[in-house]
Amino acid sequence: MTSSFPEEVLEHVFSFITSHKDRNVVSLVCKSWYEIERWCRRRVFIGNCYAVSPEIMIRRFPEVRAVELKGKPHFADFNLVPEGWGGYFYPWIVEMAKAYPLLEEIKLKRMVVSDEGLEMIGRSFRCFKVLILSSCEGFSTDGLAAIAANCRNLRELDLRESEVEDLSGHWLSHFPDACTSLESLNMSCLSSEVSLSALQRLVARSPKLKTLRLNRAVPLEKLSTLLLRAPQLVEMGTGAYSADIHSDVYSSLAAAFSKCKELKSLSGFWDVDPYYLPVFYSVCSRLTFLNLSYATIQSPDVSKIISQCPNLQRLWVLDYIEDSGLNTLSLSCKDLRELRVFPSDPFIADANVSLTEQGLVAVSEGCPKLQSVLYFCRQMSNSALITIANNRPNLTCFRLCILEPRAPDYLTFEPLDTGFGAIVDQCKGLQRLSLSGLLTDRVFEYIGKHAKKLEMLSIAFAGDSDLGLHHVLSGCDSLRKLEIRDCPFGDKALLANVSKLETMRSLWMSSCAVSLGACKLLSRKMPRLNVEVIDEQGDLDSRPDNCAVEKLYIYRTVAGPRLDTPSFIQTMGQNTAYRLP
Amino acid sequence: MSSISLKQHHNNMLSSQKMDQTKTTHNQDLNFKATELRLGLPGSESPERTTMKNMVAGAKRGFLEVDFVKNGEFFGEKKNHDSSKQPSDQDSVAASKAQVVGWPPIRSFRKNSMAAKHTKNEDDPKEETGSNCVYVKVSMDGAPYLRKVDLKMYSSYSDLSSALEKMFSSFTLGQYGANGVPARKWSSESPLMGLLNGSEYVLTYEDKDGDLMLVGDVPWDMFTGSCKRMRIMKSSDAIGLGKS
Repeated sequence: MTSSFPEEVLEHVFSFITSHKDRNVVSLVCKSWYEIERWCRRRVFIGNCYAVSPEIMIRRFPEVRAVELKGKPHFADFNLVPEGWGGYFYPWIVEMAKAYPLLEEIKLKRMVVSDEGLEMIGRSFRCFKVLILSSCEGFSTDGLAAIAANCRNLRELDLRESEVEDLSGHWLSHFPDACTSLESLNMSCLSSEVSLSALQRLVARSPKLKTLRLNRAVPLEKLSTLLLRAPQLVEMGTGAYSADIHSDVYSSLAAAFSKCKELKSLSGFWDVDPYYLPVFYSVCSRLTFLNLSYATIQSPDVSKIISQCPNLQRLWVLDYIEDSGLNTLSLSCKDLRELRVFPSDPFIADANVSLTEQGLVAVSEGCPKLQSVLYFCRQMSNSALITIANNRPNLTCFRLCILEPRAPDYLTFEPLDTGFGAIVDQCKGLQRLSLSGLLTDRVFEYIGKHAKKLEMLSIAFAGDSDLGLHHVLSGCDSLRKLEIRDCPFGDKALLANVSKLETMRSLWMSSCAVSLGACKLLSRKMPRLNVEVIDEQGDLDSRPDNCAVEKLYIYRTVAGPRLDTPSFIQTMGQNTAYRLP
Repeated sequence: MSSISLKQHHNNMLSSQKMDQTKTTHNQDLNFKATELRLGLPGSESPERTTMKNMVAGAKRGFLEVDFVKNGEFFGEKKNHDSSKQPSDQDSVAASKAQVVGWPPIRSFRKNSMAAKHTKNEDDPKEETGSNCVYVKVSMDGAPYLRKVDLKMYSSYSDLSSALEKMFSSFTLGQYGANGVPARKWSSESPLMGLLNGSEYVLTYEDKDGDLMLVGDVPWDMFTGSCKRMRIMKSSDAIGLGKS
């Protein structure tokens, strides 16, 4: 096709195309479109940092302003991935510092970030604006001080759920007085106290501040002074939510909240004293997101709050809400899109709260826009799941965690195959699914047959044989991420579906029945996959081929085997002499 | 593993035990029901489950102990639940059965947050909530209730003094409501002004040795390290404490 448009016109057209998928498709149309597109791509998303290398990224996209990287497998969140696995940010920042002087945004998830890396960000990018570190680790508050001090135009600093070595709260005082550009600050994961006067001054000189998520150490008594300096806040996370009972604190909080006319999102609420709950009732009618998942308050208090939030779209809450509170939710919040119910006491056998499958059924009935569910509970039935599926065919994300592994339908003692089968059959747009309870190969037959849009599947303690895994790999056309633990899935299913693995981002299998020999064979058949065997027992070389591997992580890559594997990880098909000690 | 031998021991001893489903006595060490031999299929619940459902609905915070067999290895010993909803003692759970790694799928941040529940112990005059917090109680003669301040939030005596003046000025007007809530009038000439420099009131503190001291004598850092609680006393009561 001869290009009839000048490059500038095409570039202008492409500037309206922002989704990564669409830009990828555009780049495949023809060589000239590929060339034009790669020069004007400003945002790059890399879902697996080992699928590609910094050099390859920079070579293809020379003018990038925003980079997003993800490192460790999702199961690292639950301690299934050993320390030292990898996901290092440093090799990326070293190259980006040289190649992208105008870089503005870095967003990392599950990566290991060092203070040196953070210091390099501060030194290298004069226009740097946004740093989001989600579930990252490896850095300390010294690194944060470097960011605060050197990024003159910092707009966003978000540390959500990262593990930070908290040396002191002093880092916050490193924001220069001239810094007035801050729009978003999320420090909720930090434990040590920051200087409250420094925080107050920072808030006071940041007129565009929209998001402020404090950490637990910020006392409730100080919250009103902060709010009074930032009545324009849209998203706010409190610190510890208790104080000595004092009407002055109460009334000044209530007054401060009532001035926050833009507030739509609330979180925090550690150590809640119910006495102080009514102070934010004045903002409830505007709330779209409420995170009470650290608030140990009883069901009546929760119900009282949510009954005043008719515009609520997302609710995160502890199971203290109980079925009664979920019933209130189903009646009061007709705009609800997302519900997450976390367990208050997951490690005891008896239910400490009256939260059952009925609560979820009620919400599925009452909330027509419900799309995304994360639900921890102690009992489930096929009939409840079928009801939920019939009520809510518009579900896109369904993650159910029945606390006891392999728990059957509590009414009939049958497996929950038909229940989950109904979910995948009815919810044709389902993109994410997490299974739990007693499940046979049959549920995977249903998933393979119906879950055509499913992109991410999490399986634990389920299935009978390789057939289960085979159903999934052969049937789920849109599957990108598959993570499996403690299932009797082995070699046959993997080796029968080798080419499928190159269409996916990654596959994690731990405590399954895959043999070392099968891993080697897979790696020989599919050279563009990294087949990484994780074995902390050591000395994989002396094991027979028929021994089962502990953990297995397979992912497609154009960068070849990675060079930073620790001693307990071996990439199959590689000469062992090249492994780093 | 010690937990396995304990289970076998129980099986031998207790197969003929009658279960009392409404015990209120503490039963933390021997979980009879869980170790009882049963004929159910693996993964099936005992018939008591349905009665548990009825009981739980009405007795969320009761002393009711409901036994049911857990055939999975997951759960630990049954706990006697009291009326508070404190997280159960993780140590005894872990000691009785091996917990499955990474299950249920809850992030460490959340697990740590729930475990580090801030428990207020009013018997301690001083408590530390974080690595750098030093909360001490402050009382004032005649005031209906106490306050708590974090000494680390202040960098000098004048800082602390003005904060306390603001905090307690409403109490000096003598206008309490019937429930002890002070009136909201402020006076620009609070009797508390100049707490350190001779006013109607004097700021004192109790140090590590339990002695009553006048605030301001020692360097600030030494003070924050040794102060256990503070008391705003009427000057007339503070005879012999140093400056008059």
